[in-house]
Amino acid sequence: MIPNKYVSEYQQRRNKKNISIIFVVILLIISMLIISMNTGYIRLSPKELFETFFGMGTERQSLILFEFRLPRIVLSILVGMALAVSGCILQGISRNALADPGILGINAGAGLGVVLFISFFPSTTETPVFLLPFIAFLGSGITAVLIYLLSYKKGEGISPVRLLLTGIAIAAGISAAMIVLTLKLDSETYQFVAVWLAGSIWGSNWKFVLSLLPWILILIPFVIAKARVINTLNLGDVRATGLGLAVEKERILLLGAAVALAGAGVSVSGGIGFVGLVAPHMARQLVGARHQFVILASAMMGGLLLLVADTIGRVILQPSEIPAGIVVAIIGAPYFLYLLVKSKA
Amino acid sequence: MSILEKRTQIATEDIVYRSRPIIASIIIIGGLIGLVAAIGLSVSFGAADIDIGTVWSAIVQYNDELTSHQIIKEIRLPRVLGAALVGACFAVSGSIMQGMTRNPLADSGLLGLNAGSAFMLAICFAFFPGMPYMYIIFFSFLGAALGAGLVFGIGSLSRGGLKPVRLVLAGAAVSALLIALSEGIAIYYRISQDLAFWYAGGVSGTKWENLEIVAPWVVVAFVGAMFFSKSITIISLGEEIAIGLGQRTKKIKFFLAIIVLVLAGIAVSVVGAVGFVGLIIPHITRFLVGHDYRWIIPCSAILGGLLVVLADFAARMANPPLETPIGALIALLGVPFFLYLARKGGEGI
Repeated sequence: MIPNKYVSEYQQRRNKKNISIIFVVILLIISMLIISMNTGYIRLSPKELFETFFGMGTERQSLILFEFRLPRIVLSILVGMALAVSGCILQGISRNALADPGILGINAGAGLGVVLFISFFPSTTETPVFLLPFIAFLGSGITAVLIYLLSYKKGEGISPVRLLLTGIAIAAGISAAMIVLTLKLDSETYQFVAVWLAGSIWGSNWKFVLSLLPWILILIPFVIAKARVINTLNLGDVRATGLGLAVEKERILLLGAAVALAGAGVSVSGGIGFVGLVAPHMARQLVGARHQFVILASAMMGGLLLLVADTIGRVILQPSEIPAGIVVAIIGAPYFLYLLVKSKA
Repeated sequence: MSILEKRTQIATEDIVYRSRPIIASIIIIGGLIGLVAAIGLSVSFGAADIDIGTVWSAIVQYNDELTSHQIIKEIRLPRVLGAALVGACFAVSGSIMQGMTRNPLADSGLLGLNAGSAFMLAICFAFFPGMPYMYIIFFSFLGAALGAGLVFGIGSLSRGGLKPVRLVLAGAAVSALLIALSEGIAIYYRISQDLAFWYAGGVSGTKWENLEIVAPWVVVAFVGAMFFSKSITIISLGEEIAIGLGQRTKKIKFFLAIIVLVLAGIAVSVVGAVGFVGLIIPHITRFLVGHDYRWIIPCSAILGGLLVVLADFAARMANPPLETPIGALIALLGVPFFLYLARKGGEGI
């Protein structure tokens, strides 16, 4: 047995290290934010940026910065955070390294909602595009409830394995329905759907930011407060029950939080699933396995990842754009693989 | 007796206990009869209905002056046989992958095969439009091999060797990368819909010459799978137990990976991503016959073939003369059953 003294000393050192790691990631986000603000179709020099930011720029400059760029930047950080924390919860409570928001059918449900909506209001008529986030959120919510009900068993509650399997089955069914629906669309509309499904921060304005912000501000602190619970759930149901945890109740609460976060994120971003998968893994590589830090670090990594991806997607093929979801995967996957090769356990 | 030995003994007894050879034999015999019946059914119905007697005479004494004989021999028969072959390939490769990685969610999508093939398809469609069918299939197979090669390469590069969890994670990441690249190409060149249609799956283009090229490989891979079936059972008990029982896991896994690549690669490139077959059939088979892979592999081959033949039949009949994507139909059939299994089997599956 290792004496208690050393454990706590080790933990203190680890905590200090973790705090500085999170601090570094925050610094990276801030510097990326600045880079992202001055790149784009119309370039703003750092000086112009500075002036505009403090209200001394021309009208055109402040329009670009405050109405186009800034909401989009803030939105991509928030979406990244929401998806990453959602993935972090799911991986923690299902004890499956592959769990991501997609597994709860959230992406598929949102996608189906959008495709159904677009089939009824094709792009030729005046599509009420601003309704799409609501439709997507509704779709993901309904799907998540459906999956929950189908995997609920009287007397046993929800087992993580059954939840995963049910989620995969429902997602497969929804994708099938989507294939049938999308093949009937004309190619212009299909292109829009394809971009949406690939995931892009598309209709960004401050309203979207405001609609996403409450979810983040309420749910992420809630999840961080539940970090110990996730740690315990991560030990397995039997041990968690033995340690005196109300397993079923806590799991439902956390699942609800995961669904709400991912649903809110997906509703404005489209199907960016990969952030929810990789960000928690990256976070664990950086700060270890304790969820007190993993959740915060995942949120930061998710925000950073999506901000970088959206900035690259915006500038690399000007004037056309690459959906952020694609860029996330192209830069995230190699890094993820690198971590995988490097890691011992 | 050491703990490992004890665990091994308990596990092997458990496997013997949970294996059901009688049910398995019934499935093999009944399934084969069902498969023949389904093939007969599928061949005789279609845009032009042909009675079973004509089907039979077209097979035993082919007369190339009769249109009905020509339809059967040149269009329907290769297509139906292709469907059976593809279904069997998906199902067997899925069984092997689930046993080998000990992950109930493993399917051909997992090892980067689907994504690799989609990536190559996107390249073919974007840069070489109008490429002949045979070349498309060939490149698609190359893509699948590329995907699987990347996954296994990266998985075994890592310190501590090729562990199941690592393989699964590498598969997810490589798939995400390749799918993102193909989506990017598709969106940029505006070929998303063509790609989706190809990808949604269909065996309509299968011809005898394709089958002739593909069949020998498939047969060899099946024989290989049967040869290793006992080892798969042991590996599915866990790495330590397998080593404890004297299995050379590294070598076996290497051969199994090649078998999976051949089977799933061929299936994906011929039919598109109908991966759901590879996911559900192994579960259904294990549910029915237990955990002995000597029975799981042949049974899943037959059930997989049956499922895809029926799905292809339904795809032609659902909305004639248009064809419904076979992948959608299989999901329609498979999802409720899979849900039922997930409820009933719980942790066991």
